[in-house]
Amino acid sequence: MGHRRLVATLVFLGVLALVGGSVAARPLEEGTSAPCACSVSANDVPDDGGGAISVSWDLATTDASPSVTRFEILRYATGEEPVSIGEVLSTNTDFQDVNADGGTIYQYIVRTHTRDGFIDSVPSDAALATAQWFAHGRAPSLIALILVCGSIIFFIIRAKGGAELFIRKIPGLDAVDDAVGRATEMGRPVLYVPGIETVSEVGTLAALTILGHVAKKVAQHGTPLLVPTADPIVMTTAQEIVKQAYAEVGQSDRFDPSSVFYLTYDQFGYTAGVDGIMVRERPEAVFLLGYFAAESLILAETAHEIGAIQISGTKETSQLPFFVAACDYTLIGEEIFAASSYLSHEPIMLGSLKGQDLIKIGIVYLIVTLVIAGSIGYAISPDGTSTLSRAVEAAALWLTGS
Amino acid sequence: MKRSVPLIITFLTGFFLVVAFFVPHEPFGELEQRLLVWFAIVSGFTMLLGIDNLIRSHARRIARTNTGWGHSIVLLMGLVVTVVVGVIGFSRLGSPFHIHSPFMFVYTHVIVPLQGTMFALLAFFIASASYRAFRARNTVATLLLISALIVMLGRIPIGAAISDFFPAAQEWIMDVPQLAAKRGIQIGAALGAVSMSLRIILGIERSYLS
Amino acid sequence: MENSPRKGFWEAMNSLDRRIIFLILLVCVAVPLLLNVGAPIPPTPPVQLAYDAVESLEAGDVMMVSIDFDATSAPELMPMLHSALRHAFSKDVRVVMLGHIAIGLPLGHMALEEIAAEYDKEYGVDYVDLGYRPGYIAVMIAMGRDISDIFASDYQGTPLAELPVMTGVRSYNDIELLFGFEHGAVIDYWVRYTQARFGQRMTFGTTAVMAPDAYPYLQAGQIEGLVGGLKGAAEYENLIGHLGLGTRGMPAQQWAHLLVIGFIVLGNLGYFFTRRKG
Repeated sequence: MGHRRLVATLVFLGVLALVGGSVAARPLEEGTSAPCACSVSANDVPDDGGGAISVSWDLATTDASPSVTRFEILRYATGEEPVSIGEVLSTNTDFQDVNADGGTIYQYIVRTHTRDGFIDSVPSDAALATAQWFAHGRAPSLIALILVCGSIIFFIIRAKGGAELFIRKIPGLDAVDDAVGRATEMGRPVLYVPGIETVSEVGTLAALTILGHVAKKVAQHGTPLLVPTADPIVMTTAQEIVKQAYAEVGQSDRFDPSSVFYLTYDQFGYTAGVDGIMVRERPEAVFLLGYFAAESLILAETAHEIGAIQISGTKETSQLPFFVAACDYTLIGEEIFAASSYLSHEPIMLGSLKGQDLIKIGIVYLIVTLVIAGSIGYAISPDGTSTLSRAVEAAALWLTGS
Repeated sequence: MKRSVPLIITFLTGFFLVVAFFVPHEPFGELEQRLLVWFAIVSGFTMLLGIDNLIRSHARRIARTNTGWGHSIVLLMGLVVTVVVGVIGFSRLGSPFHIHSPFMFVYTHVIVPLQGTMFALLAFFIASASYRAFRARNTVATLLLISALIVMLGRIPIGAAISDFFPAAQEWIMDVPQLAAKRGIQIGAALGAVSMSLRIILGIERSYLS
Repeated sequence: MENSPRKGFWEAMNSLDRRIIFLILLVCVAVPLLLNVGAPIPPTPPVQLAYDAVESLEAGDVMMVSIDFDATSAPELMPMLHSALRHAFSKDVRVVMLGHIAIGLPLGHMALEEIAAEYDKEYGVDYVDLGYRPGYIAVMIAMGRDISDIFASDYQGTPLAELPVMTGVRSYNDIELLFGFEHGAVIDYWVRYTQARFGQRMTFGTTAVMAPDAYPYLQAGQIEGLVGGLKGAAEYENLIGHLGLGTRGMPAQQWAHLLVIGFIVLGNLGYFFTRRKG
C-alpha cells in the first residue's frame, strides 16, 4: 500500500510540476489584453554581404496589459516549422538575423512573452537575404576617393613630364643634415625614436620613411645610430631600412644590426628605456617622429636636459603643443607625411604633395561655401525652413553618409 | 625581383582593400576582417622576434660588461620572473589574471606602481618645461600664453571662484579656436596620410622597403 | 648697472635648478592629498551629457564598458570608472566589460568586483568580464556581427551561453550604451568603426590630455558625452552623489595648476627683465 501511495504521490507531484512549469510558457488566447507584437516586417539588410535580415515590429498594448518580459524571434522557410533563433529585451523592437541562408526565403514570427504566457504575432512577409555589389551609403567616400587620388595621380604624371614644382621650406627637415653633422663633429650618436605604435599606424610608416634618409646621412658620416623600438614589426622593418641605407652609400660593412633593437611594447616601460639610453649614451641629435602619446614631453625634456638637438614630429594634435614647446624643430601633422618627398627631391614624390594641396584648397572652398550658404539660409529663416537651409542640411547629411 | 614582388603584393593588397570598402559582396566583403585577423596572428608571432632580440642584446651587453650591464641583469630577471608567475597562475588557477594568482600580485605591487611613477614624471616635466620654454617671445606666443593661463584657471575651482569669466572663456577656447586649429591640422594630416598611402600602394614611395 | 642685484636675481631665477621646481611641485601635490579634503565640483555640459546617457538606461539594459587604459592613467580614469559602474549598478543595468589594453584590464576587473559587491550584484548574472582579445579593430568589427564570434567565453573560459547576463546579447544591436575609458588612440577606432559603421551609442571618459582630441566627436554628435580628466571624474561623482577619489584629488590638481601658472609668470618675468637689460 505504502508503495502505491508513494507512486501516486510522485505522479501527482509530476503532473503538478508539469502544469506549474508550463504556466510561464502557456500560449494566451487571442483577444485578451495581453500585449502583442504587430506589423512585423522583415527586410534584407541593405549594403551588406548577404546573410542578414532585419526584423522589426510595433508593440500593441493597452493600459490593462501586463508588462512584456522579452521577445522571442522565430523563423521558418516555406514548408518548415518555426524555430526560435533568438531573444531580445522588452525594450527592443527590432532584431537582426545574421544567420540567414542566402538562397532561402524566410518568414518571421515575434513571440511576446509576459509573466502570464506568450502570444505569437502574425507572420511577417517573406524576406530574402541578398548581397549587394555596392555599399550605397559610401558613395560620398567613393567620390572623395576618386577626386583625391585623381588629383594626386594627375600631378604625379605632370611632374614626370618635367613640370617645375614649388615646395615651401620646412625648417625641421632642413635641420636633419645639421643635426647629423653636429653629432658627427661631437663624436656622439644619433638617437631615432619611431614612436610607440605598430606599422598599421600611418604616422609610424612616415617615421620609417624618414629613417631611411637619416640612416643614409648617418652612414655617410660614420656616426653611430641608435633606434629603440616599441614594436617587433617596426624593429624588423627599421633594421631592413637602415641596412639598405648603409648599402646604398656603400657602407654595408659598417652596419651594426644591434643598433636597431626592441625594448618593450609597454608605453612607459619604453619611455623609461629611451630616457635611460639618452642619459647613458648622451646622443647629440634626437629624432622623435611617429605616433606619441603622454610620453612625448618626458622624452623631449630629457633630450633637452642632455643638451641634444631635438627634431620631433607627429600628427597627434594633443602632443604637438608639448613638442612645439620643448623641441628645437617640430614637424606638424602633414609635414611628417611630406618629409620623405621633401628630403628625396624626386619630382614624382613632390607631385603627390601638389595633388593633395589642390584637394585641400577644394575642401577650404567647400567649407566656406557651405558656411556662407548656411548663414544666409539662417538669416532668411532662423527656423531652418528656407530652401537654402534645407539644401545645406541635405548636403551635410549626404557628405557625412547619414 | 627582390623589390618587385613586395611592390606587387603591396599594390594588390592596397587595391583590394579599397575595393572591399565599397563592395560588401563576397569575396570582398569579409576581406578586411580576414586580413585584420591575419595581422593579429602575425603580430602575435613577431612578439617572439622582439623577445629574442631583447634577450640577445642584453645577454651580449652582460657578456661584454658594457656600461650599465647590471641593468640588463635586472631586466632579464624581471622577464623570467614575470613569465614564471604567469605560468604558475595559468596552471594553478586557469588564468594568470585570476585575482589570487601570483601574476596579479606582481601586477598590483610592481607593474602598477612603476607605470604610475613613470606617468607621474610628466607632471614634473610639465612644471620644468612651463618654466623654461613657455615664453612670450612674440605676439603669437603671447596670445598662446594668455589662452593657456585662461584654460588652466578655468579648469580649477578657484578660477570659477575668482570670476565666472574663466570657466566660460575656457569652454569657448576649447570649443572654438582650439577645435578649429585641430580640425585644420587633422584635415591636412588625413590628406597627407592618403597621399603617402597612395605613394606606397603605387610603389612610388619605397624608402620603407629594403 | 650690468651687475645690479635685480638683474642678478632674475638671471639666477632663469637658471634655476629644475630639482627645486620638482621639489616645490611635490609639496604642492602631496600636502593637499594628505590633508584629504575636497568639495563637490559643479558639472560641466560634457560630463552632464555622459551622465544623462547612462541615466537614460533602464533596468536590464546592457552597458558595455571598455577598459582602454593601464596603470599610468589609473589615477584619472579609475575614479570615473567607479562612478560609472556605481551609476549603472544603481539602475540595475547589466554591465559587460572588455578591454583593448591587456595590461590594464585587471584594473578594470578589480574595480568591477569592488563596485559590484557594493550593490550585491552577482558575476555572470548582473555583470561579466569578457577579457582581452588582440587586434582591436578586428574585435570591434566582429562584435557588430556576433560577439561570440570573437569572445566565445568570458575571461575565465566560461562559455557565454552559460552566462545569464549575456541572454539576448548578440551584437551591438543589443547593447544600449558603450562607456569607454580611454588614454590613447582606441577612442578613435571606437568612433571610426563601431559608431560610424554600426551606429552604436557611446560615451567616453578620457585622460585630461586626451580630452581635447575627443571634443570634435562630441560636437559632431558622434559620442554622447565626455568625462575629461580628474575634474570630469569629480563632476561625475557629484552628479551621482557619491564623492570619491576624483573629488579628493581636485585640491592637489588645483594647487599644481596654480603652481604651473606661477612658474609660467615667473619664467616670463625673468625672460622680460634679462632680455631688456641684456
